[in-house]
Amino acid sequence: MKKRILLIAVLLLGLLPLTACQSSGNHGESITIVGSTALQPLVEAAGEQYGSEHFGKFINVQGGGSGTGLSQIQEGAVAIGNSDVYAEEKSGINEKKLVDHRVAVVGITPVINKQVKVKNLSFAQLKAIFTGQVTNWREVGGPNLPIVIVNRSQGSGTRVTFEKWVLRGAPAKQAQEQESTGMVRQIVATTPGAISYMAFSYVDKTIATVNVAGVAPTVKNVTTNRWQIWSYEHMYTKGQPKGLTKDFIAYIFSNKIQEKMLPKLGYIPVSRMQIQRDLNGKVTPVN
Amino acid sequence: MKVKRQDKVATVILYLIAGTIILVLASLLAFILIQGLPHVTWHFLTTPARSFEAGGGIGIQLFNSFYLLVLAMVISVPLSLGAGIYLSEYAKKNWLTSLIRTAIEILSSLPSVVVGLFGFLIFVIQFKFGFSILSGALVLTVFNLPLLTRNVEESLASISSMQREAGLALGLSRWETVTRIIVPEALPGITTGMILGAGRVFGEAAALIYTAGQSAPALDFTNWNPFYIASPLNPLRPAETLAVHIWKINSEGIMPDAVAVSAGASAVLIIAVLVFNLSARWFGQHLYQKMTGSGKKGA
Amino acid sequence: MDPIRESLLKKSHQAKLERRGRLLGLFCISLIVVVVAAIFYFVASRGLATFYHDKINLWDFLTKQAWNPGTKDSHGIPEVGALPMIVGSFLVTIFAALVATPFAIGAAIFMTEISPRRGMQILKPVTELLVGIPSVVYGFIGLTVVVPVIRYLFGGTGFGILAGTFVLFVMILPTVTSMSVDALRAVPRHYREASLALGATRWQTIYKVVLRSSLPGLLTAIVFGMARAFGEALAVQMVIGNAALLPHNLVSPASTLTSILTMGIGNTIMGSLENNALWSLALILLLMSLVFNLLIRLIGRKGALKP
Repeated sequence: MKKRILLIAVLLLGLLPLTACQSSGNHGESITIVGSTALQPLVEAAGEQYGSEHFGKFINVQGGGSGTGLSQIQEGAVAIGNSDVYAEEKSGINEKKLVDHRVAVVGITPVINKQVKVKNLSFAQLKAIFTGQVTNWREVGGPNLPIVIVNRSQGSGTRVTFEKWVLRGAPAKQAQEQESTGMVRQIVATTPGAISYMAFSYVDKTIATVNVAGVAPTVKNVTTNRWQIWSYEHMYTKGQPKGLTKDFIAYIFSNKIQEKMLPKLGYIPVSRMQIQRDLNGKVTPVN
Repeated sequence: MKVKRQDKVATVILYLIAGTIILVLASLLAFILIQGLPHVTWHFLTTPARSFEAGGGIGIQLFNSFYLLVLAMVISVPLSLGAGIYLSEYAKKNWLTSLIRTAIEILSSLPSVVVGLFGFLIFVIQFKFGFSILSGALVLTVFNLPLLTRNVEESLASISSMQREAGLALGLSRWETVTRIIVPEALPGITTGMILGAGRVFGEAAALIYTAGQSAPALDFTNWNPFYIASPLNPLRPAETLAVHIWKINSEGIMPDAVAVSAGASAVLIIAVLVFNLSARWFGQHLYQKMTGSGKKGA
Repeated sequence: MDPIRESLLKKSHQAKLERRGRLLGLFCISLIVVVVAAIFYFVASRGLATFYHDKINLWDFLTKQAWNPGTKDSHGIPEVGALPMIVGSFLVTIFAALVATPFAIGAAIFMTEISPRRGMQILKPVTELLVGIPSVVYGFIGLTVVVPVIRYLFGGTGFGILAGTFVLFVMILPTVTSMSVDALRAVPRHYREASLALGATRWQTIYKVVLRSSLPGLLTAIVFGMARAFGEALAVQMVIGNAALLPHNLVSPASTLTSILTMGIGNTIMGSLENNALWSLALILLLMSLVFNLLIRLIGRKGALKP
């Protein structure tokens, strides 16, 4: 029995040096990136590719949401914090210490269940739907079907962007919320009369998109700002990036990622944007 | 004969209830297995996952699940043994013991989300372990300890006091009596509880999302030095487990064959739990015979 | 010194071992207590910040219906009314327990009194297996099977209390069943023999003797199942619809404490009101598991079997 106690003690003690040894020694280099689930697929894919090209360097990418990304980078607990929204838009963040890297653009489109044969909605109609003034598709030129709103969870970047450009400050109707775009898509596809919104890249054959004020949700319309519901994807660092962090951000901005990988995953390279938009929504042409 | 008829009716109803339950549970199992088993191939079990292409496997997640389980059990088994022995053999019956028991029971009924968030704050941020296997294992320990402790305590308490008296009468100390007589006698119960606990840990997702993380970086299966960053044994790398993987691919919805992969992964999880259950029985019996020196028929 | 005297005065090997063993046990147990205390401290300090730091009225928090921590109402007070989630959590828990109880106790009686052999061979392994199925899998099945069926039968979206109840019912069934079996088994055999000898039928014996004397154990099993249902997160979140609204009926989208908590925690900044409000929900969960435990202990003490 003594032996067993000894064994247990050894095992427990054995765990301690493991924790101490992580930072020392040349056993490879790694950084951790946390945050936005919308940006996660891109960073994950880029990180994998970076790791395979640079031996011994590892990029760990975690989701957790934009809020987690911003608070973790503020604490300095991670190398990069991903966010769908400007740091200024979140309360409790001191944006002065953070450096913004806008790595991509994401267009967001309203999506509806296929049975609702509505092709076009005006901004006013969209707003009326999501604030609860309109509750039947009949009122906006569709079939006689009650409208079922599916929201993303409060504070999610997609929802913040959508509400910023569609509701413009009006309070949204309380409706069911889903944590992730995958669930939203599944629910919209199977629930008659459902409406929601998601990034272009998630749209597939099971659901239908809607034109807003006569403009179709296409990449081209986003680059000219004719399609207004879009947002930058941000990678925040605390202070100017150094070392592996700097290399990796440079890698994200390289042609290999921007021109080849982004379009394949449904993001829009910042370089294609003919305009730029600041925090307050002011649009200026790119010279 | 009203009473006789009542008896018959009651019996029939009980048969119906038992039948319904078996039907519900069996169809649940059948549903998971029938949906999932066709996808389970050697290739599926060994290749790494692909996030946005079809044809990925669950190799790394499967390894992570087992490694995390082993680490969590290595930490929680000795602790729960010690705590269980103390509670059943040493603790006096007073308010303090009663308080401790309450504390353990609260811990056991704590929602796993709360435990996970606690682990995120303490292990990931405060102790700076990051999203890692170590954080995950510690959270699973917190999650698992109360159940294991109670199991140990109950198994020990079920041993008749004659055994203890016999040990003490032979001049053994209480500690020796417990470790040499009572624990071996209670071992089948203890192992069964441990392995069932392992099954629960294996399928836990909510507590791990914010601690062990949701990414499974590529592993270098040729380098087993636990300090190397891509080594499968490194306890400080992030590790997505099978259950977390199912949750993640379903909620993300970017993997084209997410439905097939999650069905396959669910089937694998259930088979693993089944194996845990069967081995719990076999192992308990086997150990009992070995430790107590009783013959084949001892039980 | 005289060796005999020495051996008498010095602590024996056994005594040392005894001391060490005792200390080891004490160490383990105090570690658990420390962990529990730490969890309480962390959740409470964050959860109470909503009331102390952000000056939210506790009564408003518990009774108001609007949940929009990010926005302020007409008086400039953030909208943090947790009533819809509290109601949702209680409803799914109580309904799941109501549905699961007859099934679980019926199955337990079947396994202990009617057909122990068949029960042990088929029912027990199946229920034990189900305890180990991850909640994600339950949620997945709920989403692909239960929700569409409810939508087909009752209209609406299919998401809501009913779907949550059904998923939780299947989830807690194995736990409640196996604990009920233990409770029924603990009834001494001579109780049954005495009853049968008096000429009672099997059902009379079960109903008037076995169930009565095992009542505390059965209640414990039910409360334990309820505690599990109350704290379940992922599976419920997938089928309940997560709308912070008071449910109108069983098939309108609702939410539970856990579902709002898991959904929101990643989207909020630590230390902000939005985040603190979520921790307050976690605190309610914690306090509820305390209540469930006290209930179990109370039942256990009141009805301890006196042989």
